Amino acid sequence: MRNITAQAASAASRPAGSDVAVEVRGVCKMYNEVEALRGIDLDFPSGKLTTLLGPSGCGKTTLLKIIAGLIPATSGEIRVNGKTVTGPGPERAFVFQDFALMPWATVMRNVAFGLELKGMGKDERQAIAAKYIAEVGLAGFENKYPHELSGGMRQRVGLARAFAVNADVLLLDEPFSAVDEQNRRKFQEDLLELVEKEKKTFIFVTHSIEEAVYCSDRIVILSRRPGRIAQIIEPEIDRSATPDAIRRDQGYLDTVEEIWQGLKRYVD
Amino acid sequence: MTLFGFRVPMMASLLVWCVIWEIVGRSGAMFLIPPLSDVLVAAVALVQTGTWQAAALTTLNSFLLGMFFAIVVGIAIGVLMGRSATADNLLGIWVNIFVSAPLSALVPVLMILFGMGETTVVVTVFLFAVWIIVLDTRAGIQSVPNSLLEMGRSYGASRFALYSKIILLAALPEILAGIRLGVVRGVKGVVIGQLLVAIIGYGELFELYSRNFDMENFWALTIILFAAAMGLSALIENIEKRVDYYAGVR
Repeated sequence: MRNITAQAASAASRPAGSDVAVEVRGVCKMYNEVEALRGIDLDFPSGKLTTLLGPSGCGKTTLLKIIAGLIPATSGEIRVNGKTVTGPGPERAFVFQDFALMPWATVMRNVAFGLELKGMGKDERQAIAAKYIAEVGLAGFENKYPHELSGGMRQRVGLARAFAVNADVLLLDEPFSAVDEQNRRKFQEDLLELVEKEKKTFIFVTHSIEEAVYCSDRIVILSRRPGRIAQIIEPEIDRSATPDAIRRDQGYLDTVEEIWQGLKRYVD
Repeated sequence: MTLFGFRVPMMASLLVWCVIWEIVGRSGAMFLIPPLSDVLVAAVALVQTGTWQAAALTTLNSFLLGMFFAIVVGIAIGVLMGRSATADNLLGIWVNIFVSAPLSALVPVLMILFGMGETTVVVTVFLFAVWIIVLDTRAGIQSVPNSLLEMGRSYGASRFALYSKIILLAALPEILAGIRLGVVRGVKGVVIGQLLVAIIGYGELFELYSRNFDMENFWALTIILFAAAMGLSALIENIEKRVDYYAGVR
């Protein structure tokens, strides 16, 4: 585990030797009189999974949606692959907390929807969608409707939709919070496999410390409103071990404990 | 429904009333109520006459035309109000006044404006049906989950695609409910309009039969109308159920 303090964050948040996929520069966000985010400077290394973690109301989802281009920042800017973000773009794909699936469309159409909006032909987009449906473990469910699936399966559809558009950066907004505990564990393991396989940049928002430590290459801890960077931690967990071994690993447990000690003061 | 432990079929109460109607009619106590069987015989004869067919055609024509405009305008205004707070504030009060107002009182004014003809009837159907469609569409649009809109935007939906592929489909259950209620009101509108104009379609026949105390034909006309209104409403309800099935897990 490597602990990078907030003071040294700007220097250390530019990891040597690895490319930066998303740069956040001086981002502030005001909701009327309420200050949600203050002076966020962050780099998200390419090909890694970075987690935004913090107490509820710390603005982590707000930051993610600003990166997605869904809501504008009050000041500051976001650059993705060096280009300034002005709105949503094809190099970013979003996975929603409540899945955001179209209930009237089949799994196939939902997964292919991003490609449909781009104007891709039906056969072509269905072939791509079928590949990712299989990759997230939903082969055979192509013609089911969302209401016929469990919460975990629905989110797999949401994930497949994000993969299908072949974006460089995947933004996941508490993707497992509406998934039950057992499915969540399995899903986290599958997600790590997909991170390994797809070589994309993942930005992940969660309020679960265990989930953050288990999944992330790097954890950015935000303080309570106004959200600022409190701490950056790199768990440096040996991913070659089995999932069960990782969950019993001393380094994993120590990291969870340290983050909890840091966050405890924000909890009422 | 169960009564004393027996399952009673849905149509049972209707049958009971039919029997009561028949008995009262046969007793001859009230000349306004002829036996149901006579009415049914009259109905079968009635639908074969050219007069009825012409009247039904005129009525159907006015009704469909009025409903068409009510649905198009109702959905358009409903979407506008659902999406824009300004439009909602400007139009909301008027829609709410008209949806509960006794619009029959306006028909004489419409006659002055649009003449004693079919136009007045079409406008009456429109005014009866449009407001509830506006209100239901607005409710449907407002209940479209924000995450679905964000999903559309983040995957690059154009404004047109956002409406045609997401918003309108997500609001479809409420829009259909509005249309069903609108159809029921539209049937009232077409009859009231024609009755007050009194020289066309079904209204003319109603006037004719009731003035001549031709009660068999009068009741036959009423029953046909009721059946048509209920049939239309059931048809839309059926479509609604199919849509609800898919929209159940929004």
